Amino acid sequence: MSLRRTPLHALHKELGGRLVPFAGWEMPVQFGGVVSEHLAVRRQAGLFDVSHMGELRVSGPKALPLLQRLTPNDVSRLVPGRAQYSALTTDSGGFVDDIIVYRRGEESFLVVTNAANTARDLAWIRERGGTAAECVEDLSDETALLALQGPRAQPILQTLTDLDLTAVRYYRFAEGEVAGVPGTVARMGYTGEDGFEIMVPADRAEELARRLFDAGAPEGLVPTGLGARDTLRLEAKMALHGNDIDADHSVEEADLGWIVKPDKGEFIGRDVLVAQRQNGVTRKLVGFELRERGVPRHGYPIVVNGESFGEVTSGGHAPFLKKSLGLAYLPADACEPGQAFEVVIRGRPVPAEVVPTPFYVRPGKKKKKKKRAAAAAV
Amino acid sequence: MIPDDLYYSKEHEWLRLEGDGSATIGITDHAQQELGDIVYVELPDPHTALEADDVMGSVESVKAVSEIFCPVGGTVTEVNESLEDAPEVVNSDPYGEGWLIRLRLDDAGSPAATMLSAGDYDKHVASEE
Repeated sequence: MSLRRTPLHALHKELGGRLVPFAGWEMPVQFGGVVSEHLAVRRQAGLFDVSHMGELRVSGPKALPLLQRLTPNDVSRLVPGRAQYSALTTDSGGFVDDIIVYRRGEESFLVVTNAANTARDLAWIRERGGTAAECVEDLSDETALLALQGPRAQPILQTLTDLDLTAVRYYRFAEGEVAGVPGTVARMGYTGEDGFEIMVPADRAEELARRLFDAGAPEGLVPTGLGARDTLRLEAKMALHGNDIDADHSVEEADLGWIVKPDKGEFIGRDVLVAQRQNGVTRKLVGFELRERGVPRHGYPIVVNGESFGEVTSGGHAPFLKKSLGLAYLPADACEPGQAFEVVIRGRPVPAEVVPTPFYVRPGKKKKKKKRAAAAAV
Repeated sequence: MIPDDLYYSKEHEWLRLEGDGSATIGITDHAQQELGDIVYVELPDPHTALEADDVMGSVESVKAVSEIFCPVGGTVTEVNESLEDAPEVVNSDPYGEGWLIRLRLDDAGSPAATMLSAGDYDKHVASEE
């Protein structure tokens, strides 16, 4: 099977990107090196091509009821111009995919999906949405998505647009021109830094990327690849579908219960998720640090109190924090920070400890207190 | 680019004969480039006896872990302890300060019989790409 290419493929090559297969796409894993790119995003800015992600337009009178049925978050609470993190849930409350839902108008929505899942998501929506699924249109091929991330993202982007970016707060978006290219600018990201995701027509993406690099050069903007994207999101404890979240682990188990809004009414997986919230879960996704040297990686076995308990879902060396970190599902009674367990690294059990997450919180960002609806509120 | 005075393995280790029955072993510039930023190096304990093709340790980059095979038989006499705090030296100076271990060779046999010359290694790398 030939690999698909994003509209920025030629630019990636020109910039010295090392291209590798990823989810059926040929994508840059790195340019200058994962560590230097990671640090550039923490300190200045990086530009990621995430055009491989899927974009689905959902519009018409059936759009809102369809999304309400397919996702656990409350789409009716979104006013136009806002977006929300959500999921396509299975009957058992697991993840078909994690998604972002944008509301563009009363009856107009946009759903951003993971690259590897777009085709499956569409099939799922058609299977479970019935006739309402007719209001879903796949815009992935004609849409490019660029993620400009880092503390200098806003000043760089502001030089290229008349949109008032200070008014585009977290998980809000505005539609307008950037460097003369019409698009959607949303403040969000997958790095733990401030930043924007910019959606533009595929045939204008290279033009926009070049203008961004020109405007960003004095600010230290660098091209960044999937390698740094993975290490950045891990430090910020953002889940990766296929690693940390999947159909076999529920939204509550993944510690993402905040996207579950049972009061909104029926949705796929609601019964299981409500029961889990009331009765508790048997396992939960937690963050850990290794207490001795070594690098925990996806798939390494975990031992809790002498017994095997699953695997590391994501792990690695965190370039900014300079620690060996990971995520794993642990038994519900062994999830508190300070809990000791072992990660088996090539046959050798290495001590690890549950730590509070996110591992990394950017300077100036308030740590959100988890507003967990009490069981009574369900 | 590829030093002439070293021997090479197909698994991208290099070996330098020290002339006193010992050898120094590291990974090649090509290997460090492929791995990317190296964050952790695991090496054997001194006095470990190794046979040719034994796993002698591992080099981990941000992206991946790669096992290091000992290209010849011998007993470890020294490991590069400075890599514990500065594993990135394997990236910046793979043939010099980024060496991994020193080994007392098992017998007088030359690695020439089993390892590649610089020219052959160069061709091997080209054939992998």
